[in-house]
Amino acid sequence: MRWGEIIRRLVLIPPTLFGVCVIVFVLLRVVPGDPIAMMIPPGASPADIDRLRAFYGLDQSILQQFITWLGQALTGNFGRSISLHQNVFELVLARLPATLELSLLATLIATALGVMVALTGVYVRGRRLEWAIDGGIGVFLAIPDFLWALILLLLFGVLIPLLPISGRIDPQLDVAFRTNFYLVESLLTGRLDVALALLQHMILPAVALALPFAALVARLLKASLAEAEDQDYAQIARARGFSRPAILWREVFPNALIPTVALGGVQVTLLLGGTVLVERIFSYEGIGNMAIDAVINRDFPLIQGLILTFAVLFIALNLAVDLLVRLLDPRLRHG
Amino acid sequence: MTAVLAVHDLHVAIGERGRAANVLRGASLEVGAGEVRGLVGESGAGKSMLGRAVLGLLPANAVIGGGTILFEGRDLLAMPEPERRGLLGRRIALIPQDPITSLNPVKRVGAQIAVTLRHHLALSKRAALERATELLAEVAIREPRRVLELYPHEISGGMRQRVLIAMAFACDPGLVIADEPTTALDVTVQRQVLQLVERLRQRHGAAVLFITHDLGVVAKICRTMTVLHAGRVLEEGETADVLARPRHPYTRALLAATPRADRPAEALRPVPPALIESLWSEAHRLDRLDVAGRA
Repeated sequence: MRWGEIIRRLVLIPPTLFGVCVIVFVLLRVVPGDPIAMMIPPGASPADIDRLRAFYGLDQSILQQFITWLGQALTGNFGRSISLHQNVFELVLARLPATLELSLLATLIATALGVMVALTGVYVRGRRLEWAIDGGIGVFLAIPDFLWALILLLLFGVLIPLLPISGRIDPQLDVAFRTNFYLVESLLTGRLDVALALLQHMILPAVALALPFAALVARLLKASLAEAEDQDYAQIARARGFSRPAILWREVFPNALIPTVALGGVQVTLLLGGTVLVERIFSYEGIGNMAIDAVINRDFPLIQGLILTFAVLFIALNLAVDLLVRLLDPRLRHG
Repeated sequence: MTAVLAVHDLHVAIGERGRAANVLRGASLEVGAGEVRGLVGESGAGKSMLGRAVLGLLPANAVIGGGTILFEGRDLLAMPEPERRGLLGRRIALIPQDPITSLNPVKRVGAQIAVTLRHHLALSKRAALERATELLAEVAIREPRRVLELYPHEISGGMRQRVLIAMAFACDPGLVIADEPTTALDVTVQRQVLQLVERLRQRHGAAVLFITHDLGVVAKICRTMTVLHAGRVLEEGETADVLARPRHPYTRALLAATPRADRPAEALRPVPPALIESLWSEAHRLDRLDVAGRA
């Protein structure tokens, strides 16, 4: 990908986000469900309801509401949450680091697992063990993350209670954090006991998110490794006296990584989407969990803010994947 | 004469049991120290398979049915894997056919040359790159230091082939197997590559097994030649003799099929398999008589 291509992608971001806004805004208001109905106490008079509706601007036309919302959003004001009575931007910003840390940990676990399985799988190519590995990958691809979350929760939280099953950190652990990136901060400041406590909370949801993605990485990478190993340069390396593991790691893997990152990188969006249910199951205080509450309460401003956040994350991720592929493939770098 | 390479009665089959194709059916040949031997034959004759068998590059579904491959007196097929890997790339080297696909696309030229040097000669990274620079200069690459930093896609096909030749001679091998190294190149580059192989061979004192279907190339650089057909050696000897007085009808057909400036090429005349079979067994009988006579 050339620099011109990257600029083209950057230019396309604003219209993409605008499109997302329009769709979400209209859908929310067309589907049944009324935020006012969720908040009025029983026995409120119709006058009270109308007053409340006018207070949130919900009595205006959708177009009028959209123009108002967009005008404010462009200045960085995404409105106030109806259910939490706080600034949406601040709410999301406070919760986002928790989700980012969880997704990053899950991605790391998935990549490590996937790479190991793929290398093993290609090493035993043509043997019966390869069938077992392919079969295993298929099984792990078929089981969704939220199911893993429930399985892991029952297994390590209830049956063999090894790990905490809810929240981001023990409530009795009183730590003052300066940022909301708890794990990163505690690692950087050398508070390893805190980091360990955080990891204990994160490991089950992270593994639940990681397992299907690890299977995807393993499958993509194994196919790419097999293809690259059949190329002349890898075959010739054998005639230079290198062992098969050395060839797989040094000659084949850097080549196989390129298509795997290009195809698998964008699939991290699936993992991000998975945080919604998995965070809920483990009561993990991220934006996924928050999104479910926002939907239950028909909290229009919060839902809009959260979906926009996910959209920005997805776009950033796609761009990052393109840049990473450029970095890995010298043929693209020199265009 | 002590042979660097002595392949004896080599049998190789490819494919599933029961439906295997016998690609080598008792092929034998010798390459003496410093000798350049041409190995010719039509496509499918088994010439590349013979080279691959020596290099341990046979496809996964190939089965070696019998025979020996002696390199400097030691059987490559019988020795333990680590010992064989110690010889490959150091004492036995390959110049591959296709320079476009034979270099790793994501590694710099310098790193690709250095890795073999470091593996076999235990050189430091700096020493290996220094040696790589000398090697590139030896294959007439200008600005070798700059080329070391380039990726394969940044240099021409002819240049890539020269890099591969430099890599083959990097550890001063006793035997270089050149597997149709000029086939993928255009004619002007072909000549430069042939001259280069000849020059490096002399300087490094290596023997060369030159696999090709191009009799013109054989006539130019090979002192001796072997004609392979359907997995067996039909004829061998001094190149000049074989080309001037081909004894075998198949060799004659092969010669007649070579395009030349002074006459149109013929299509390769099919030689009746029965004739080849009978001549082959006769040749073998003669061989054995010859051996007996010498003994």
